[in-house]
Amino acid sequence: MTALPTRSLEAWRYTDLRPLDAMSFAEAPAAPLPDDLPDIGVPRLVFVNGRFDAAASSTLMFAHGFATVTEESDLPLALINAQHAQDGLTLEIPAGVDAGVVLLISYANGGALHPRHRISLGAGATLTLLEVIKGEGVYWHNPVTDIVLAQGARLAHYRLQNESREAFHLATIRAAAAADAAYESFTAVMGAKLSRAEFHVELTGAKAHTHLNAAQLLGGSQHGDFTSVVRHKAPDCSSRQTVKSVLSDAARGVFQGRIEVDRVAQKTDGYQMSQALLLSPAAEMDIKPELQIFADDVKCSHGATIGALDEEQVFYLRSRGIPEDTARAMLIRAFLTEALEPVTHAGAHALFEAAIETWWTGK
Amino acid sequence: MSATVETRDTVEALSVEKYKYGFTTEIAMEEFPKGLNEEIVRLISAKKGEPDWLLAWRLKAFALWQKLEEPHWARVEHPPIAYDELYYYAAPAAPAPKSLDEVDPALLNMYEKLGIPLNERAALAGVAVDAVFDSVSVATTFRETLAKSGVIFCPISEAVREHPELVRKYLGSVVPYGDNYFAALNSAVFSDGSFVYIPKGVRCPMELSTYFRINARNTGQFERTLIIAEEGASVSYLEGCTAPMRDENQLHAAVVELVAMDDAKIKYSTVQNWYPGDAQGKGGIYNFVTKRGACRGRNSKISWTQVETGSAITWKYPSCILQGDGSVGEFYSVAMTHNHQQADTGTKMIHIGKNTTSTIISKGISAGHSNNTYRGLVKIMPNASGARNYTQCDSLLIGDQCGAHTVPYIESRNASAKVEHEATTSKIAEDQLFYCRSRGLSEEDAVGLIVNGFCKDVLKELPMEFAVEAQKLLAVSLEGSVG
Repeated sequence: MTALPTRSLEAWRYTDLRPLDAMSFAEAPAAPLPDDLPDIGVPRLVFVNGRFDAAASSTLMFAHGFATVTEESDLPLALINAQHAQDGLTLEIPAGVDAGVVLLISYANGGALHPRHRISLGAGATLTLLEVIKGEGVYWHNPVTDIVLAQGARLAHYRLQNESREAFHLATIRAAAAADAAYESFTAVMGAKLSRAEFHVELTGAKAHTHLNAAQLLGGSQHGDFTSVVRHKAPDCSSRQTVKSVLSDAARGVFQGRIEVDRVAQKTDGYQMSQALLLSPAAEMDIKPELQIFADDVKCSHGATIGALDEEQVFYLRSRGIPEDTARAMLIRAFLTEALEPVTHAGAHALFEAAIETWWTGK
Repeated sequence: MSATVETRDTVEALSVEKYKYGFTTEIAMEEFPKGLNEEIVRLISAKKGEPDWLLAWRLKAFALWQKLEEPHWARVEHPPIAYDELYYYAAPAAPAPKSLDEVDPALLNMYEKLGIPLNERAALAGVAVDAVFDSVSVATTFRETLAKSGVIFCPISEAVREHPELVRKYLGSVVPYGDNYFAALNSAVFSDGSFVYIPKGVRCPMELSTYFRINARNTGQFERTLIIAEEGASVSYLEGCTAPMRDENQLHAAVVELVAMDDAKIKYSTVQNWYPGDAQGKGGIYNFVTKRGACRGRNSKISWTQVETGSAITWKYPSCILQGDGSVGEFYSVAMTHNHQQADTGTKMIHIGKNTTSTIISKGISAGHSNNTYRGLVKIMPNASGARNYTQCDSLLIGDQCGAHTVPYIESRNASAKVEHEATTSKIAEDQLFYCRSRGLSEEDAVGLIVNGFCKDVLKELPMEFAVEAQKLLAVSLEGSVG
């Protein structure tokens, strides 16, 4: 197996995988699916311990069989995934088709899982993919998702990462958007003992667009890392990114976001905002926003803030008779609103709202 | 006439002194072959009549340096540096030109544009001593005034002899000899530099500057500067000059250490315009510098201001360790790169004490084929309650062959701290240019004007006369970048 990356690699300076290295993962017998899996009235595809569960899944004409994986990048986790991948979702939406909403459920209760998902949209096709990731017990989930969007295609990709609090979740998501295509994405990071979501989005055709948002809600001694690289490889592309982190107890949040602008990518419009709220003295946030720009006619900016909840705002709400805990909950909900912007599907939106509510009350 | 006599005497005295320290004498050059080994380190130390503890310190640094590897994380590219091909003492400058006629006309042209007085131009171009007369007499007058208020301002080699207890106490206390590759190299072979000590409660009566100190001009590649401000003291120090030095040396690895005690203030300004290499990127200085200030005392303040327009490669991160409660760190920077220059510069603000605040304003301008990177760290330690940081990094691109990069690291481990960072990258807006052009400004003047506006937040932090020169310098450095 390819070795796990270490902190001596710049891309991994804030996330230490030694706890994962020290583990061994026994194959677990597939547990019966929990009955609280979300149902928003759309076709669903279910993976249990990294394997497709046909019985629990809807039949979908766009879903295809799994083909073997060849990995061309040098990303250590994608290489490990390629060495072990045995299953995964393959979705191909033909040109011009609106495939509606698809729910992808990944459930795990043991073992080391390396699913490889592939999603491709033909010219002008559209799809909303809602991923719900859950589990129980100790396991390692190392999914790689490869997304290809042809000209004018539009994928809305929402992920609710709510793994078991004892699990390791290291996801790699790569998307390439051709001219006029759009990749709209939102990830909620709430579960896992240690997690990283690593996005690589390439805008390869003129006027391609991406929205790459995330909200990290972490407590206990959770470690959550959201890493993204948005590469502008063609002129007139735009990228928008809002990443919000709320950290309580001794949680540690990481955001590393790089915007790269190639020489040819004139008229690039890139924006990135990363904000974190530290709710307790032991919480920690590390942010590394990066701009790497080789074209001159561009408009790129990033911003980052780290701080506590504004006590004046809390006071304002309390002076209007709102109990302290409710006041704080309201402010945190408001803080997260902007990140949820790309989630336009009402069912998906409600699902995230409910998950945030559960997180806050259970905190 | 008596003034002239006095001046000549002073110069003679200084010249003797110069010889004693072996700055540029032929003899020194013969005695010190190129290359670096323990013998050279011992020779440097012996030549300066250093005490054993300092030699031991140098040797420790040298031993460590041999084991270290050159850092490669910065966004700069250069062929491997042949450390054995360098001279570590008495920099082997090309024979000094005898008069201004022998100096490169391009250099003279630049002095003209910067408005540098004629007699100073010769000094800057490296013409032998005579033109420095004025500066020398100025230097000595200054030293008398300073001595009256108890301020020590002298070469660090002199300080080692005259004030060993101070040097021993503070040298390496902010930048330890093993801090990084270039700091270790500097610790082993540093030739000279400035030493400033401001006693308790003293406000230094004038701006201190290496510009006026003849013996600081030829200190060679490895300067070591140490500034200590005792409780309640304050000082403003300016390093460098606004005109390019005629300098063929390839590597400059300096170390600057600042120490501020309770309520002390140190303001350190740099205008760096070393030789940047020609338009094809040949030659030029590698400027690998470690600068760090320690705010040890309560409510102390260290402020770095830098205007970086020179050097083929700049690798420099003036930093503040905010240890004392309520201490303040500031970093104001303009970094301009043109042709094939590379700059990787920024700062580190380490918040340790309570209610510490830091401000970072960085303006990067890239033109030609250059690459300009801001790299910085803001770190809030768990005990730094109430800490506050504000960072603004803006980049301006002129031309489509250059690169501008921003790599900030922000680490907060205290919930009551507030950290804010913003960065933008853009080019000069067409409408701004058009506006200026329609008022009759040439394109070059318009760009110069806009760039100066872009840098205003930083330039206003410079001592006034240098701010004026820095503005001109930016315009000169930009020449040929438009049209």
